[in-house]
Amino acid sequence: MKRVYVNEKWCLGCHLCEYYCAFANSGKSSMVKALKDHKIAPRIHIEERNNISFAVSCRHCIDPLCVKGCISGALTIVDGAVQIDSDKCVGCYTCILSCPYGALSTSNEGAIQKCELCAKNEFGQPMCVQGCPNKAIVYEER
Amino acid sequence: MAIDFLYPQYEVVRNYDRCIACRACERQCANEVHFYDPEFEKMMVDESKCVNCHRCVSLCPTRALKIVKTDHTFKENANWTGKAISEVYRQAGSGGVLLSSMGNPEPYPIYWDKILINASQVTNPSIDPLREPMETKTFLGKKPGKIERDENGRLIPNMSPQLELNVPIMFSAMSYGSISYNAHESLARAACALGTYYNTGEGGLHQDFYQYGPHTIVQVASGRFGVHKDYLEAGAAIEIKMGQGAKPGIGGHLPGHKVGPDISKTRMIPEGTDAISPAPHHDIYSIEDLRQLVYSLKEATEYKKPVMVKIAAVHNVAAIASGVARSGADVICIDGYRGGTGAAPTRIRDNVGIPIELALAAVDQRLRDEGIRDQVSVVVGGSIRNSADLLKAIALGADACYIATAALLALGCHLCRSCQTGKCNWGIATQRPELVKRLNPDIGSQRLINLVTAWDHELKEMMGGMGINSIEALRGNRLMLRGLGLTQKELNILGIKHAGE
Amino acid sequence: MNYVIIGNGTAAVGTIEGIRAVDPTGPITVISDEIYPVYGRPLISYLLLGKTTEDKMLHYRPADFYEKNGVKTMLGRTVTKIDAAAKAVLLEGGESVPYDKLCVCTGSRPFVPPMEGLDTVQNKTSFMTLDDAKRLDAMLGAQNDKRVLIIGAGLIGLKCAEGIYQRVGELTVIDLAPRILPNVLTEVPAAIIQKHIESKGVKFILGDSVARFDGNTATLQSGGTLDFDVLVIAVGVRPNTELAANAGCEVNRGILIDNRSATTVPDIYAAGDCTVSHDIAADTDRILAILPNAYMQGETAGRNMAGGNMTFDKSIPMNASGFMGLHMITAGSYDGETYLEQDEDHYKLLVTRDNHLVGFIMIGDVDRAGIYTSLIRERTPLDTIDFDLIREKPQLMAFSRAERAKKLGGAH
Repeated sequence: MKRVYVNEKWCLGCHLCEYYCAFANSGKSSMVKALKDHKIAPRIHIEERNNISFAVSCRHCIDPLCVKGCISGALTIVDGAVQIDSDKCVGCYTCILSCPYGALSTSNEGAIQKCELCAKNEFGQPMCVQGCPNKAIVYEER
Repeated sequence: MAIDFLYPQYEVVRNYDRCIACRACERQCANEVHFYDPEFEKMMVDESKCVNCHRCVSLCPTRALKIVKTDHTFKENANWTGKAISEVYRQAGSGGVLLSSMGNPEPYPIYWDKILINASQVTNPSIDPLREPMETKTFLGKKPGKIERDENGRLIPNMSPQLELNVPIMFSAMSYGSISYNAHESLARAACALGTYYNTGEGGLHQDFYQYGPHTIVQVASGRFGVHKDYLEAGAAIEIKMGQGAKPGIGGHLPGHKVGPDISKTRMIPEGTDAISPAPHHDIYSIEDLRQLVYSLKEATEYKKPVMVKIAAVHNVAAIASGVARSGADVICIDGYRGGTGAAPTRIRDNVGIPIELALAAVDQRLRDEGIRDQVSVVVGGSIRNSADLLKAIALGADACYIATAALLALGCHLCRSCQTGKCNWGIATQRPELVKRLNPDIGSQRLINLVTAWDHELKEMMGGMGINSIEALRGNRLMLRGLGLTQKELNILGIKHAGE
Repeated sequence: MNYVIIGNGTAAVGTIEGIRAVDPTGPITVISDEIYPVYGRPLISYLLLGKTTEDKMLHYRPADFYEKNGVKTMLGRTVTKIDAAAKAVLLEGGESVPYDKLCVCTGSRPFVPPMEGLDTVQNKTSFMTLDDAKRLDAMLGAQNDKRVLIIGAGLIGLKCAEGIYQRVGELTVIDLAPRILPNVLTEVPAAIIQKHIESKGVKFILGDSVARFDGNTATLQSGGTLDFDVLVIAVGVRPNTELAANAGCEVNRGILIDNRSATTVPDIYAAGDCTVSHDIAADTDRILAILPNAYMQGETAGRNMAGGNMTFDKSIPMNASGFMGLHMITAGSYDGETYLEQDEDHYKLLVTRDNHLVGFIMIGDVDRAGIYTSLIRERTPLDTIDFDLIREKPQLMAFSRAERAKKLGGAH
């Protein structure tokens, strides 16, 4: 299955992946409309320090602890990708407790949010990958 | 604070209706032009630091930025241009030699643009390269004057070592030091994939790149940096650099702050020391001396590799080339005055040397006149900008062309001509690790491959139109060229007729 | 292979999914005394709070889950005996269900301590099942005027309090312990949570207990009295071990299983709240009645029942809970050297022992807590990571470049 992989050697710390992610999941037709004067809440996050930087988003584990521990069944594996049904999620954060990558985050809507590989938005392909200027984030089979 | 006589050259225009304050511009500008003002909650700029490299413009996800030339002006006149005035101010302020980079930008004539290419009509058929064979492969090296046979009539293989080029384009010398590790890797990988060559420049060959040796030309320059037996043996050919089009007559200088651990090791000089290439080779004062070096290198590599000699296009280039041909060199490389550099004194760059078109025509003619054209291949560089320039160069007599500026453009260079600052935002002309990583060789090499492949397609298309299906048949075929708006003297030197003739 | 599972909670689902990962066809029978399809028990407080509905709750797994997995359900049926010799399960009414492999996922039941006069209380309930929640809902009515007394300030009692605090006239939680969440938190963080819950109008009576009930009046040990309309008993739970014990499985506080989820009786496995787990953070055996643990044990049982080979030896106590908007995540043991960060609405305690992170408490900002959990579960030696960085916040930056490349460059 194709997954999003990160190669920190090429990550520039430009944070554009975060903005493309926030835009892709905003439902808005343009990045300006989606993000102007907004504090973004992306599903991918850059860690950076001393010229090292890399993006972290859901690894779509084969054996996902978040799915196994989800108390409401809101997290499921759909075609290999871990998806969140935000309608079912009660916001208990057991997944945040479980995920070894820190890849799930809280959202303003109460449910948790996570990378769904842009499968549910109009782009259909991970926009963080599209937006990465240096192929530090790739979407491929490994 | 002293009065600053200069006004910033560029203005950074930000469309605040589009700016989402993602700060990518700020993070990506090594010149620190952009910054976020938390009080105004807005991105701000200090345009005095802007070099117009377009990194911010290219990465802005909402296309909120553009850079424009300022319309602020000195009281200029035809003689005292704004540039002339500001250069005086700069030198009066600094007391220093003005430095610049990349090629001569001055408005001298560009002969490529005054030469037109022929095409077949009616009496001679053109060729469709998509349907019929079309060969752009070429070989560089001495060609034997005659076929020799042994007593049994069998051919004696008397062919000198050759470089085989799938396309008549090579990447010219840029040292590791002047450009980054990742730029080098991009060039090396592209050369391999394309079946052509890149050139180490005078900075030696990084250990990691020995694997690309069969597609590498290793350079020996006046500083002899990084030259040793393994280095010479690693390459497919050896190039002796006598001169460079951007700065004929002077040497080079890589400042100590760019000589980090890797470069120090590759160049075989102590970390942090200035790498100074002397203006002349201190052991070469004559063609005979050059011949000694040519044969030393051949001897060292058991006569298995072609030896190339690179000279800058200067006034008596034809005579010099004739001498070089007689020195035993297999290939002569001529670098025109538009050729690029990582750093050169501005006055030298802008005033020394001659156009490559004229130099090439003169050299080719001289070698023919002397009957030694087959003893050497001729490679030219110094602003080959597109496939038409390439085709015209071959028709004027070149065996192949070197490209460097075009290659750097493919890698992302925006010709801001600030290489000498070492803060290349595109990760090309810099050694700062956080900037070097901006050039991912996976992307870089692919863009180079794309560029050369595209030129090759165009070259074939134009050749086909002329009814020519091989580089052999195009080389020196000046009948295929006509001049436009040129004086009789220029036409004579170029060896072409005027359009309409 | 014929599989039988007693119980229909998360451990049972883990077992089913574990079996099916190895054996796609062997018949599976699930027997449960509850009539509902599987649901996440911790959801019952969210149901009362209105954050979920009964319908959504009952879709912990999709509607076609049993059918798709070839599971025969026998719901509303009570198992009376496991006949290990005959390899059959006996049901009330005399029916016998044979098995090749059996998994006991019987869970736990509310513990109701003997209290004088409890039988005189009209409106009382435990708080564990969907039926409990429905009962409580009915007792509260629609007037938002009931006075509710919850006995027990543990997770169940407090989640119950969160579920109903907006629907009551008065809400009091009483616990014998001197602090709330005595099994989950230390004093200071407990006080932070307590203060927050009190700010929402809930009253606590701590270090005290009910001596006697007279109808709707509770007399406290300390002497005072308290009138209420509804009583919730959330003192704790006890594992349902009787079936396993009678079948010959070794049992102490819970059913003993190995790291393959096998009991001491051949072909009988057990998983979930009815079992004893080995807590690797404290290196002790204990009951870890938490949902992720139940799933993992179930999956382990299922895979091994079907002939696979899975071990699960990463049990630790851990909890993610929110109380009226304030979130807390805890894991592991608090016995060791501590590192503390605290300000007004944020508390972070890291506990290390012998070069390992063994426990943590985070209140308020719980961002990326799983990175800490993983350090405990994987027993990562702290000298292999940059502990200063990990102390500052959970971050992958603390790992070596090679380790990060593994984590972010592969599928796990």
